Amino acid sequence: MTLLDVKNVNKRFGGLQAVSDVSFTVDRGMIKAVIGPNGAGKTTLFNLISGNTPLNSGTISFNNKKIHGFKPYQVAQCGISRTFQNIKLFHDMTALENVMVGRHTKSRAGFMAGMFHLPFTWGEEKEIRHKCLELLELLEIRELADVEATSLSFGQQRAVEFARALASEPDLLLLDEPAAGLNIYETAEIARLISKIRSQGITVLLVEHDMSLVMDISDEIVVLSFGRKIAEDTPREIQQNKEVIQIYLGDDDVEN
Amino acid sequence: MKTQRFIPFFLLALVLAGLQFLTQITDTSYYLTQMTMTAYYSLVIIGLCLVMGYAGQISLGHAGFFAIGGYTSAVLTTYNLIHLLEKGNSFVLFLAGKGLLVNGENLYGESLLYVTPWLACILALVLTALIAFLIGIPVLKLKGHYLAMATMGFGIIIYRVVLAWEIMGEADGISDVPGFTLMPGITVNGDFSNRIQNYYIACTILLVAFILLQNLIHSRVGRALRAIHGSEEAADAMGVNTARYKLYTFVLSAVFAALAGIFLTHYNGGIGPSEAGIMKSVRYVAIVAIGGMASMWGTLIMASVLNFLSLRGLFGSYDDAVFGVILIIIMLFAPDGILRLHIWQRFKKFKTGK
Ligand SMILES: Nc1ncnc2c1ncn2[C@@H]1O[C@H](COP(=O)(O)OP(=O)(O)OP(=O)(O)O)[C@@H](O)[C@H]1O
Ligand SMILES: [Mg+2]
Repeated sequence: MTLLDVKNVNKRFGGLQAVSDVSFTVDRGMIKAVIGPNGAGKTTLFNLISGNTPLNSGTISFNNKKIHGFKPYQVAQCGISRTFQNIKLFHDMTALENVMVGRHTKSRAGFMAGMFHLPFTWGEEKEIRHKCLELLELLEIRELADVEATSLSFGQQRAVEFARALASEPDLLLLDEPAAGLNIYETAEIARLISKIRSQGITVLLVEHDMSLVMDISDEIVVLSFGRKIAEDTPREIQQNKEVIQIYLGDDDVEN
Repeated sequence: MKTQRFIPFFLLALVLAGLQFLTQITDTSYYLTQMTMTAYYSLVIIGLCLVMGYAGQISLGHAGFFAIGGYTSAVLTTYNLIHLLEKGNSFVLFLAGKGLLVNGENLYGESLLYVTPWLACILALVLTALIAFLIGIPVLKLKGHYLAMATMGFGIIIYRVVLAWEIMGEADGISDVPGFTLMPGITVNGDFSNRIQNYYIACTILLVAFILLQNLIHSRVGRALRAIHGSEEAADAMGVNTARYKLYTFVLSAVFAALAGIFLTHYNGGIGPSEAGIMKSVRYVAIVAIGGMASMWGTLIMASVLNFLSLRGLFGSYDDAVFGVILIIIMLFAPDGILRLHIWQRFKKFKTGK
């Protein structure tokens, strides 16, 4: 069953065609990867889906509902959560508080309820805290709950961002280079985690340069180059695709 | 857990009462006037603290909201409607029929007819909220310096309006504003005999507002506001309607400013254009900055101390300059404010024995 349906989307930045007529679908429950050389338009594609960047043409539907033209918060409310390539944590907030913001769409206390500390918010706050501590536990950073998030190490910050994205219990999780800057152990850890997340019924769409990670965990791969989709297939087929090898792996630097 | 939350507020109330007691035993109750005014100005400043320290926005127009509140209430409670009533104006008759007008008499024995302070207060608050809402929608799309300049522009417009509009008394402002009877026996006015009562009225309003804001910043909304401050893009991606949250925060703080303006106007028996001046706005921003931006307690303490000193005339003719200089120094050397030396964290650790 199709969860996300991207059809003929285009995005131009001035004269630069960052995403060009790209179409693909993501089925519920799968892990799908988007790969491509630097500047291929992968992050832009994510921004189009999450509503951070308006598209020039094309359609994006999620759960059979059109979501292009939505503001990012509306996309989030539909059940799409994301992480950022250049980590965007809330500074001056602890790791736990960061994750608790991720629970925003699953709670409802507004200005009045907050100011008057209404009884229904007590249980809600407790639930938020409890759930978010669980997520920190899952990511093995429970002991860092009360540390200011931006003072954590790079890998820990990624984990916090991950937990924050999971806190909304999304249907679809967009991960922009989750392993960037991590060592091989941490990368293996991330791979294990992504598989675990999928087993909980969350669909994952990820951008990643680490080929071993991508080939290991993804069910299908979309290859972008200069904003165009040049292939879409299983990891095995992609590895044998001539065009992909030429454009993508043919460079002297395979990892990039 | 539940009662512990209220311990700091209880202590604050004790301190406020203790100060009054102190003026009594030292026979310095003339301080109460400035202390009362200080409480009202502090109300503006803690509201602004929510906007600046928590939502990470800025407003150099809060003196404008203060003035809208104060002036609206002043005009409505001093504008003589007696001639309209005599002419049989149906709206005035309607108000009179509902008991929303009060009779009075001036020094020369002329009969006067005003809107009751209660109705004036409500109308002033609604008007301020409406204006803040309409201004906030376009202005809050801006960030940083642009937002500062746009809100400052708004403040200047309000200043010019009250200065130029005859009904607002032009450069003289409005005087002879009647007292505001909140309930029988409790009246906001500047009567000498009412000084202690008025100090407690002002402190109660400030304390209630402070508790509401403290509750808010420790709620889901408060977290979302701090998230907007931390990274607007990420907050948006987490499902926070950032535009709406910023707008509501702006309106809320504008209403607090207006409330302070209304009460202070009734307390002083008048309001003048200087209350709408840009230097007042600068002062409010400077105090939030020196209080530590994202620190309600720091801001409250700084607002109390500095306003009081200023009202006592300690800064003499350099009054405005002092706050301008404070703002510059804070921005240069201690963007987190000087009270933010993590005293509270240390205190908490001490308490929990860690
Ligand atoms: N806001 C923007 N304004 C102008 N050009 C942009 C903008 N965002 C991206 N681009 C350009 O669009 C192209 C695609 O960028 P994008 O960030 O999507 O690439 P990417 O595939 O994510 O690359 P990387 O692997 O380096 O993250 C690049 O040439 C980039 O310079
Ligand atoms: Mg990218």
